[in-house]
Amino acid sequence: MFGYMGKILRVNLTTGSITTEALDFELAKKYIGGRGLGTKLYLDEVDPQVDPFAAENKIIYINGPLSGTATPTGGRYMVVTKSPLTGTIASSNSGGEWGAFLKYAGYDAIIVEGKASLPVYINIVEDQVEILPALDLWGKYTSEASAMLREKHPESKVLTIGPAGEKLSQMAAVMNEDDRAAGRSGVGAVMGSKNLKAITVFGKQKPVIANPDGLKTVTKECRGLIKENGVTGGGLPTYGTAVLVNIINEHGIYPTNNFQGGYDPGAEAVSGETLTEEYLIKRSPCHHCPIGCGRFVKSKKHPDGIGGPEYETLWVFAGDLGINNMEIVIDANYWCNELGLDTISAGATLAAAMELYQRGFITDEELDDDIKLEFGNEEAVVHWLMKMGNREGFGDMLARGSYRLADYYGVPEYSMSVKKQDLPAYDPRGVQGQALQYATSNRGGCHVRGYLISPEILALPEKLERFDLEGKPVWVKIFQDLTAVIDSLGLCLFTSFALGAQQYADMVNEVLGTEWSAEELLMAGERIWNIEKLFNLEAGIMPEEDTLPPRFLEEEMPEGPTKGWVAKLDELLPLYYKERGWDEDGIPTEERLEELGIL
Amino acid sequence: MAITVKLFATFRVGRGKIVEMDYVPGMTAQTVIDSLGITAPEIAALIVDGVDGKVENMLKVAIKEDGYLAIFPPVAGG
Repeated sequence: MFGYMGKILRVNLTTGSITTEALDFELAKKYIGGRGLGTKLYLDEVDPQVDPFAAENKIIYINGPLSGTATPTGGRYMVVTKSPLTGTIASSNSGGEWGAFLKYAGYDAIIVEGKASLPVYINIVEDQVEILPALDLWGKYTSEASAMLREKHPESKVLTIGPAGEKLSQMAAVMNEDDRAAGRSGVGAVMGSKNLKAITVFGKQKPVIANPDGLKTVTKECRGLIKENGVTGGGLPTYGTAVLVNIINEHGIYPTNNFQGGYDPGAEAVSGETLTEEYLIKRSPCHHCPIGCGRFVKSKKHPDGIGGPEYETLWVFAGDLGINNMEIVIDANYWCNELGLDTISAGATLAAAMELYQRGFITDEELDDDIKLEFGNEEAVVHWLMKMGNREGFGDMLARGSYRLADYYGVPEYSMSVKKQDLPAYDPRGVQGQALQYATSNRGGCHVRGYLISPEILALPEKLERFDLEGKPVWVKIFQDLTAVIDSLGLCLFTSFALGAQQYADMVNEVLGTEWSAEELLMAGERIWNIEKLFNLEAGIMPEEDTLPPRFLEEEMPEGPTKGWVAKLDELLPLYYKERGWDEDGIPTEERLEELGIL
Repeated sequence: MAITVKLFATFRVGRGKIVEMDYVPGMTAQTVIDSLGITAPEIAALIVDGVDGKVENMLKVAIKEDGYLAIFPPVAGG
């Protein structure tokens, strides 16, 4: 067995049993690993109707066949479970080192089931696996819990949740190496529901590579392509993902005030250029990453330096709240990491709350202090974040996320979400392909299930006219399937700015000894997309939820270069279903499922 | 009249954030990038008076009096 470690660790927190089982190599190859294999393993074991917080729910931590190899960015892992935010499948991805070290410990995946009666953590050092008490860690912020665990296990990499996960916020993240996050879909709350605070992991094993010399050659070629590429070798290393602020803003799709506008004349203050010139200390790359988009930054409150904000975070704590203050963004990002909160959903929930306040749904009487939830109120940001993460006072309402908050007031349309997960930093009215992708994403509002911003705005791999509809369903399907492949291999999506399906096939073939073509790999991606869809349907997430908030379908963008546009989803959706080989209601057909080897 | 050229990322090096230029009737985006020492292959995104499109097409667009351009090298993120 090449590439994989051949072993799955199973930990039952109810009984305390710890067992290992052999990886089904044929199943692994069919679903690749990571997001694909994790979803397949989860589907085979868990009833899609399960309550995400029930002991019967399971949570799977899984790397990919390229994790822990010399391939560029080969260190990522996935957290697969049922999302308490959306009710869909949740596959949340993180970088850093933890995913590679899970492999070095000798495992392709950990399946955690049951529920501990008291807080615990799991310590893994190759074959020695223990469930240990975590009463002293419970209630601690991410960095403090991580430091305590590093003191006990100095060589280990630490994955943990913060107070938000312990308190079951539907926006809670799983954190690793302090500031890396499997951020979306509330996976941290599933850990919290199991009284599982952390997983520490260490080992020195390495996967056996089928063709080591071939892998060396292919890896060198791929690293060369990444270095030579203007984005992965230039823009991203120099400015980080924050470089998007200006280009997204200049296209008029930079959402302001909970997506009430699309252009911010003051966005330069939180741009990648400003972050680099005034706040950057150094780059902070993930495992084996030649790109190094991660930032280590300083601010007045954090003069010694902390993990820096990504583009989505910059937007959500600036433009989306009517603020343009880098100091506030850096501090908000820091506290999201400490609380273990998804920055996108946490910020978007503040934005929705501010619009609910603006429109008179949330009143001063309901807020238990004087800090008003008003657009432009800098003082409100970290103040309400802390109350949200710790579920204090009105923060308890905020901790449920924007959809549940707006729905409580009878106006869910003010939640800018799809399937209850908040949309990221691109207004769909000005990017019709991205609009379709948002609506059809298997985990709800998300930009990393198919990044159509790449062709529609960034001209990668080529420039598509962003308002055109023609061809967009085909592009969306290809991007969704390729993304599923990359997520399953254990690589970073940013490699796709420089690499194509053929390079991914070349790398995985050298590692596994397979002879997959690019087309076969994309078909595996399509297989993964379809089993995610099947899970969602069985969980009760019907195609009627393949839609966007009414704001994007009915209200024309009021300003800027996207002025006058709405998202034309009604024209795109039938074409997308047809392109997927699904029926006109958006249900996968038996014929297509058979072709994909699912039935 | 003058036009405004907004520059971003590495295009700012040695040129600054914003360049003002005298408007000359018939001037196109190509005229502007020539005067700034930027070549078409270096450009990933070009916006002229709020309109974007393929760079080769945008370079031919005539600029309005008191119009603006936004010019980006390859950038990405997510």
